[in-house]
Amino acid sequence: MQTYNLEADGLRGLNSTLQAQSSAVTEDNWEVVNPKGSHAIACGLNAPINVTVNGSTGYYCAGMNQLASVHVKGSVGPGVAENMMSGKVIVEGDASQYAGATAHGGLLVIKGNASSRCGISMKGVDIVVHGNIGHMSAFMAQAGNLVVCGDAGDALGDSLYEAQLFVRGSVKSLGADCIEKDVRPEHIEILKDLLARAECDAKPEEFKRYGSARQLYNFDVDNAQAY
Amino acid sequence: MDNNNIPRTLPLQSATFSNPINAEIRRAAATGIYDIRGGGAKRRVPHFDDLLFLGASVSRYPLEGYREKCDTKVVLGTRFAKKPIVLDIPITIAGMSFGALSGPAKEALGRGASAAGTSTTTGDGGMTAEERTHSTQLVYQYLPSRYGMNPDDLRKADAIEIVVGQGAKPGGGGMLLGQKISDRVAEMRTLPKGIDQRSSCRHPDWTGPDDLEIKILELREITDWQVPIYIKIGGTRPYYDTALAVKAGADVVVLDGMQGGTAATQDVFIEHVGLPTLACIRPAVQALQDLGMHREVQLVISGGIRTGADVAKALALGADAVSIGTAAMVAIGDNDPKWEEEYQKLGSTTGAYDDWHEGLDPAGITTQTTELQSRIDPIDAGRRLRNYLKVLTLEAQTIARACGHNNLHNLEPEDLCALTMEAAAMAKIPLAGTDWYPGKGGC
Repeated sequence: MQTYNLEADGLRGLNSTLQAQSSAVTEDNWEVVNPKGSHAIACGLNAPINVTVNGSTGYYCAGMNQLASVHVKGSVGPGVAENMMSGKVIVEGDASQYAGATAHGGLLVIKGNASSRCGISMKGVDIVVHGNIGHMSAFMAQAGNLVVCGDAGDALGDSLYEAQLFVRGSVKSLGADCIEKDVRPEHIEILKDLLARAECDAKPEEFKRYGSARQLYNFDVDNAQAY
Repeated sequence: MDNNNIPRTLPLQSATFSNPINAEIRRAAATGIYDIRGGGAKRRVPHFDDLLFLGASVSRYPLEGYREKCDTKVVLGTRFAKKPIVLDIPITIAGMSFGALSGPAKEALGRGASAAGTSTTTGDGGMTAEERTHSTQLVYQYLPSRYGMNPDDLRKADAIEIVVGQGAKPGGGGMLLGQKISDRVAEMRTLPKGIDQRSSCRHPDWTGPDDLEIKILELREITDWQVPIYIKIGGTRPYYDTALAVKAGADVVVLDGMQGGTAATQDVFIEHVGLPTLACIRPAVQALQDLGMHREVQLVISGGIRTGADVAKALALGADAVSIGTAAMVAIGDNDPKWEEEYQKLGSTTGAYDDWHEGLDPAGITTQTTELQSRIDPIDAGRRLRNYLKVLTLEAQTIARACGHNNLHNLEPEDLCALTMEAAAMAKIPLAGTDWYPGKGGC
């Protein structure tokens, strides 16, 4: 384990050191201390390394992550794991807006609550939130799975494409073209796998599934009232 | 009186309810859908044609054409980037997506731009191998939809352009209709084949200039502060938007006026939202000057650049470079008269064809249909684009020399006069034969 003091040694040094692991991994385990809410911590990583951030972060922690596992022992600001391609990001605390925005792959686990627009425009990532999520989550979500063990706010899945949403608690309202769908055996399997990987003890059978009604996929003037 | 001999009133067409307007009313009534099209504003607006160069005489002396050097080089991204973009000519190729454009068209743009010593730009949908391979300098657009966005391509780029807006539809997103969603386009955008693909009007993970500053920090951290970061804005409030882009940390501001084209949006949007390019430049330059950032943060102007005179005028008003989209498409074969018969079958005609969103382009440029794409030879089309870029450059040099400048960037507002009150007011250039423009001296 190599420890990096962000306050003392600076953001550029941290990221360039971690990013350099993409050409040759010299150390598997990294610890970042004194993050003090800094932005863009551990972004652009592209190596199978483990990074533990001891404290809370600002915007875009683990942004565009590839291959790395980033574990934040605190809360995160907006855009955690935005556009993640692969790997894993675990947040012990809460997440601000846009968690996992546009992410293409990998697993994002938020053990607290996530704010509004969680999973906005997600393109293949799996997101598991142990707590609640805010309004407009999964807006225009294209692919992947969003699992919410608590409640969802207003306009869940508005203008949804092919992403699948699973919510255990209540949904305040569904967005345009988002509907409840049957939970079939294959969905139970997806939930089992994701809940296990997210270290969540919720039961798959407790979740409802939501997806796109696919009525807005091609423009039709008779649907104009939905916009 | 013989009724047959009574003079009759001639039928008079209404200027307000003209034939084109009435046709649009009938079309709207029949379909219930607004008109969608490609391209930029077609209405007449004050433009570079309303400015003239004064040339040299006794008070200034000219440089010899074909003999004395007139430098055209420009460096973009000198503020923060470790590797700024160095261009032989101050004319770049604007962002146009693979999806909106065919693969061969993108390749042609890359070939032509590279041969002329300038950059080309990706678009919505990500970076294709064709354009990366054939573009010596490629600007990677970072768009609200983030279709096809991935960090590997980001790191391959020579510059990153954060698209906040574009002149044809400032404040609006886009729509790539299902007809153009081939297997490849669908895969790149992670969406099912054949559905309409909405491109968002705002970014999903930041709002406002304070957030944008942090987003830029993230992009720089991911790319090791190597490449310039541009911010592209549509022409709406150019003074404040330019100032905020600089505040957010831009290396380059790309400012697109309403004549700038789009792959597809509502006609009402194209024609009724935004500012003419001519009205954008001076406020943007003023913002840079007020911040002490003119020439420190480079300004690229686009929207209706067609000739070397347009290039020279934009530079004289304070831009560092210009960008072309529609003109580049024409150079590689868009709206070519040789396809007139087919344009007629589509209900259009040469020069007016703008249903780019339908994917039926006879010229093979704005289509994903294999048969139509095969009509464009990327090598030949690339050569035509190179030739055109060379002509633009030679024309601009000719004018600069005539004004006594040995560098295109030495052109200045004092080299210009305005032909109309509107142009004088927008460009803050004296009306021809006077030393006055509207607003000067408070009147």
